[in-house]
Amino acid sequence: MLNGTEDEEKWLAEGIAGIQHNAFYMHRALDSNNLREALKYSAQMLSELRTSKLSPHKYYELYMRAFDELKRLELFFKDDSKHGVSVVDLYELVQHAGNILPRLYLLCTVGSIYIKSKEAPAKEVLKDLVEMCRGVQHPIRGLFLRSYLAQISRDKLPDIGSEYEGDADTVMDAVDFVLQNFTEMNKLWVRMQHQGPGGVREKREKERSELQDLVGKNLHVLSQIEGVDLEMYKETVLPRVLEQVVNCKDDLAQYYLMDCIIQVFPDEYHLQTLETLLGACPQLQPTVDVKTVLSRLMDRLSNYAASSADVLPEFLQVEAFSKLSNAIGKVIEAQLDMPAVGAITLYVSLLTFTLRVHPDRLDHVDQVLGACVKKLSNIPKLEDSRAMKQVVALLSAPLEKYNDIVTALTLSNYPRVMDHLDIGTNKLMAMVIIQSIMKNNSCISTADKVEVLFELIKGLIKDIDGADVDELDEEDFKEEQNSVARLIHMLYNDEPEEMLKIICIVRKHTMVGGPKRLPFTVSSLVFSALRLLRQLQGQEGDIVGEEASMTPNKIFQLLTQIIESLSAVPSPELALRLYLQCAEAANGCDIEHVAYEFFTQAFLLYEEEIADSKAQVTAIHLIIGTLQRMNVFGVENRDTLTHKATGYSARLLKKADQCRAVYACSHLFWVDDQDGIKDGERVLLCLKRALRIANAAQQMANVARGSGGPVSLFVEILNKYIYFFEKGNKQITSSAIQGLIELINTEMQSDSTNPDSVADAFLASTLRYIQFQKQKGGVMGEKFESIKL
Amino acid sequence: MNYLVGAFKPPCNIFISFTDGRSRKQVPLKKENGKTVMVALFQSQENIVGEVVIEPIHGKKVEHNGVKIELLGQIELYFDRGNFYDFTSLVRELDVPGELYERKTYPFEFSTVEMPYESYNGVNVRLRYILKVTISRNYVSNIVEYQDFVVRNYTPPPSINNSIKMEVGIEDCLHIEFEYSKSKYHLKDVIIGKIYFLLVRIKLKNMELEIRCRESTGSGPNTYVETETLAKFELMDGAPVRGESIPIRLFLSPYELTPTYRNINNKFSVKYYLNLVLVDEEDRRYFKQQEITMYRNLEAS
Repeated sequence: MLNGTEDEEKWLAEGIAGIQHNAFYMHRALDSNNLREALKYSAQMLSELRTSKLSPHKYYELYMRAFDELKRLELFFKDDSKHGVSVVDLYELVQHAGNILPRLYLLCTVGSIYIKSKEAPAKEVLKDLVEMCRGVQHPIRGLFLRSYLAQISRDKLPDIGSEYEGDADTVMDAVDFVLQNFTEMNKLWVRMQHQGPGGVREKREKERSELQDLVGKNLHVLSQIEGVDLEMYKETVLPRVLEQVVNCKDDLAQYYLMDCIIQVFPDEYHLQTLETLLGACPQLQPTVDVKTVLSRLMDRLSNYAASSADVLPEFLQVEAFSKLSNAIGKVIEAQLDMPAVGAITLYVSLLTFTLRVHPDRLDHVDQVLGACVKKLSNIPKLEDSRAMKQVVALLSAPLEKYNDIVTALTLSNYPRVMDHLDIGTNKLMAMVIIQSIMKNNSCISTADKVEVLFELIKGLIKDIDGADVDELDEEDFKEEQNSVARLIHMLYNDEPEEMLKIICIVRKHTMVGGPKRLPFTVSSLVFSALRLLRQLQGQEGDIVGEEASMTPNKIFQLLTQIIESLSAVPSPELALRLYLQCAEAANGCDIEHVAYEFFTQAFLLYEEEIADSKAQVTAIHLIIGTLQRMNVFGVENRDTLTHKATGYSARLLKKADQCRAVYACSHLFWVDDQDGIKDGERVLLCLKRALRIANAAQQMANVARGSGGPVSLFVEILNKYIYFFEKGNKQITSSAIQGLIELINTEMQSDSTNPDSVADAFLASTLRYIQFQKQKGGVMGEKFESIKL
Repeated sequence: MNYLVGAFKPPCNIFISFTDGRSRKQVPLKKENGKTVMVALFQSQENIVGEVVIEPIHGKKVEHNGVKIELLGQIELYFDRGNFYDFTSLVRELDVPGELYERKTYPFEFSTVEMPYESYNGVNVRLRYILKVTISRNYVSNIVEYQDFVVRNYTPPPSINNSIKMEVGIEDCLHIEFEYSKSKYHLKDVIIGKIYFLLVRIKLKNMELEIRCRESTGSGPNTYVETETLAKFELMDGAPVRGESIPIRLFLSPYELTPTYRNINNKFSVKYYLNLVLVDEEDRRYFKQQEITMYRNLEAS
């Protein structure tokens, strides 16, 4: 067995040599028109095909050699002027051969000429040939012999329109012949499994699959027969083929042949015979991969449906969906041990089918999903990753088809299917859903849908029991949560009331998300609420007398609650920003106490939670910026807040930060609009204070490092001076600016200062600006005139 | 030398010929020396008409006690060599005792000769027909000349010709049912039939149909039986499964068969059998033998 292949090569070589040897003498006999010798040597040549030692693959090689020689022999037989024997006699003569295999090859060869000669009805000859071939019961030899028969008879079938069609020969005879040959070949092929060569099952199956096309060829021939119309296919061809398929009880054959049927016959035939075809499926062996077969069928039909709109009525007429659906149900029922992946694959195909054929029938989609849920609920836990993938495919299909999550949201079974996914996949699916919404820019506009949607994506919204938190990939998590955040923005309704409901629902869901998720979702939610607020403002005129729930105050309460939830995280910086946003909104709504409250919260956070100095710097600038824009406050409140802000600014840790915060505070006293506060004195105070701090910073730097500190601070302060100078603050004089410029120049030239190109450039462009203003002339030019550079 | 040869040569030549010799069908006949010659073919009840020409070698005279022609049907058993059993013997006197000086022609006729048996050339036995011309002489040996001819008798197709149908088997191993469409075949006939496998539990390799010829000669303790397989015809290649039926179509024309001869003159019989042989993978042979009757049919020959 070790050198099995080598031996086989040797045997093949011997066989080929034998064929060549005898073919040589046969050619000689043919050349000399010696029929007797020709028959003798051709029979001897064909005897080489009697070997049992070759695998199908090698046997095929041998067969092809003999096949080529038989073609020459056929030419000789055809020309009776050469051998002088009538074809009828020849038909008898070749049957004198003692060995059956050569005899039958020769008989088939002469038979084909016999049919051509039309001396006997084609059907008689064909029938005789196909019957006589029964004598070869050896699977491989029989298959090849019969495939030879199929080959030589292909163009001689009494098909409609063929020259062999006659009163006695009808297309029915052609069909009968092919069917019989098919049946016998299939029997031989199946039998190989039990008595063929080779011991190991896998090897045998491999050898068998090498031969499958010989069997399938018959079905191909059937499909090529012109006369096989739908009627005949329905009444004769399909039932008989299926009978053979079912009865052979061989999984390999059943799978291959079912697939073959599906592939070779036209789609419309399948459609019209769906019941019969599907009826066979539950009768197949339990090991047959029915799901693939059915999937292929549905794929074909789906493509057919997609090919042209004209064929769709046909689908409706034959109720293709319900038939397929029933069949799948039966198959799943019948094959209890079919893995979940199989069943789900089937549902995916069915779903694809119905989406293509009946895009308008959402109930079908829901029905498929429902069936899938039923199947899944019998399985305690889906652990097969392939099954999981199929479920994802199942759930994604409607999204892709309708490009609209809203449609999917109306499917009652959709979330129930999702429940069966494992956590990871559930998240994945949720992401798919969100991406679909993003891609299509679909807006979810009712509270009910939002509720369903959040139910669907709950895997992303909160921790699900049993989830292994450690396994979470930080980046994935961020991406997921960012998607959720984006999603929240997609929820919108023009009706404030509905919108409020939506917000409440979202809040309800997101609040349970835990500290890790809140930072992502809360801001979206807050901005969503703020948008509602603006919306409300826009409509204010019309909605007088609306229910009390819709007052801005209510919304602000809601906002406070939402932001407060961040304290659990904790994320003070974010909360602070959000409070400031809200304060601005309150400003917009002209509700002073609310705005004040938000600022209070912001300051509280600043005092209690924000300890990091850098964060403090950012926070104080935010506070200053927001506060500057507030116009809702009365003098008292405003003073309190500005006072706080300047106070905190001066208490920052680093001098430079102090300095910058303090000069920023100057803006709090000078709001550059019509009725804004314009307190030039306090502006100047701030700037002077900033200058003092800058000086102090400079000195500290000198002491600490022996080199000058940041000159840029002075330049920045200079810029503030120029700004207020331009804006007409009487407290800022040109001489003050002049003094400041000189101060800077001195500082720049002092030895201790490190050259700082950034500061240099900054100063240079500031000076250039002054120069520019001077040259501009007019009021502004005059103002700047007095500054000497 | 010539003289010497001439001394032992018969003093005359004898030619026997048939009147319709030219038109009559000639068939090959294998002689004792192994040579095949073509001879005239007759059947029973025919008139055998012809003439005998005696031609003395120039100038010689042949003195004789009479000239006769005999038609003999002989059975020759090889183990009993030299003994001929004449089952038919007809004599015509051609000439009264006298002398022959010149060529003389004697017509003869045996009318409606009863020749019930066919010429046969078997392994242990030969049945032949001859015309024997004897010129009886005193003191010296008679001058004898033979002329073989062949007799074949045609039988009409049998009115009853049942099929052979039989179920055979080895318990729990192999059960088959076979059917030959007829039990009586003419020599150019075709054996049509089929084998139906009812149960197959052994690994068969192939199946063939043999035509066997059984020639028995002698009788009682001296019976010699010789069986010869004339044809081996493969019917099936490979192992069938239950329910398969394998067709049989065997043309008899390529084989040299004779009709079945039953107890020819109590000397011999020739019988034909179909032997169905199944061979398994270990080359064990399972067979079932069935006698068939062969007959000669006029139309088909």
